[in-house]
Amino acid sequence: MLRLRIILTFLLGVVPGGAITRADDIAPKDRRSGFDMMSAETQAMQKNDLANPAMLWVREGEALWSTPPEGGGQACSGCHGEARISMKGVAARYPVFDASAGTAIDLAGKIQQCQVERQKASPWPRESKPLLSMSSYVGLQSRGTSIVPAHYKGTTEAASRGKALFNRRVGQLNLSCANCHDDNWGQKLGSAVIPQGHPTGYPIYRLEWQGMGSLQRRMRNCMTGVRAEPYAYGAPEWIELELYLMQRAAGLTLETPAVRP
Amino acid sequence: MANALLDLPKTARKGEVIKITTLVSHLMETGYRREISGAVIPRLIIHTFTCRYDGEEVFRAELFPAMAANPLIAFSTIATKSGPISFTWVDDAGITLTESVDLVVTD
Repeated sequence: MLRLRIILTFLLGVVPGGAITRADDIAPKDRRSGFDMMSAETQAMQKNDLANPAMLWVREGEALWSTPPEGGGQACSGCHGEARISMKGVAARYPVFDASAGTAIDLAGKIQQCQVERQKASPWPRESKPLLSMSSYVGLQSRGTSIVPAHYKGTTEAASRGKALFNRRVGQLNLSCANCHDDNWGQKLGSAVIPQGHPTGYPIYRLEWQGMGSLQRRMRNCMTGVRAEPYAYGAPEWIELELYLMQRAAGLTLETPAVRP
Repeated sequence: MANALLDLPKTARKGEVIKITTLVSHLMETGYRREISGAVIPRLIIHTFTCRYDGEEVFRAELFPAMAANPLIAFSTIATKSGPISFTWVDDAGITLTESVDLVVTD
């Protein structure tokens, strides 16, 4: 029965204008982190800070926090002091509208901006080890807090563009994010459970990657999965999607740094 | 090889079995992958892990290319006397990482 439904979904999906009654957005009471859908072993790995491999990156980020950049600028700690205090809750509200950039900016982008404008240093590239390490160290300071997305003019518009992207069918398989993560969460894609797709623990240590990766890397995976051309790292579309995803995940608990299968 | 996480008690009673878990940051490049140009990416893995308890070797492991990145090694030993427990990882590039934790054993 389930197989028939999946085949039907795919068949209808490729018929131009094929009508699929799309389920509504996930109600707040039904929102669940991907953590709940993992095996007990993977959950245990995430919960133990001495077994969670992501903590290796966090430790590196902690060291970088008080290391001055090349070129004589101040270390992060020079302005922000103790991350434990100054960075608490930050990751739970990003992306935010950034007045100097004139657009919405994500946490990794903000770190890069700080490097260029305040530290007068060259920014760490997207997906580089130091940027992932710093993002996970900053993210850790918000672990256990609720996701509270920013609502300002600028982010609201960007988030609605993100929602449109989330619902837009893309790629040769002609699937949108919503086709899986709104309509079919909890079901299986191959042997894997389809999660709701909440960004609760980024950057994550993904067992499949055997390493750390950002939300953008994860979304690029999904896009290549439906055989669409992914946006480049740091593209505005990713920030818009992340804004929408954070609104969609409002109220869930931040888990950074999470482990995922 | 950058850093390691160690999970073991700081104190133990004499004769007690203590569980030790180690997690180390390493790429563990298998030597079987190729670049886009077709050139083989050379093997670069941790090949030996050793644990010494007050200078005496109590655990040793040989590692092979099938091991995942950032290997986690868990084992146990018996607390006999107070002293340093040291851990050594050696990789194909000849880089050695050593960490040490002092264990206090009470009667």
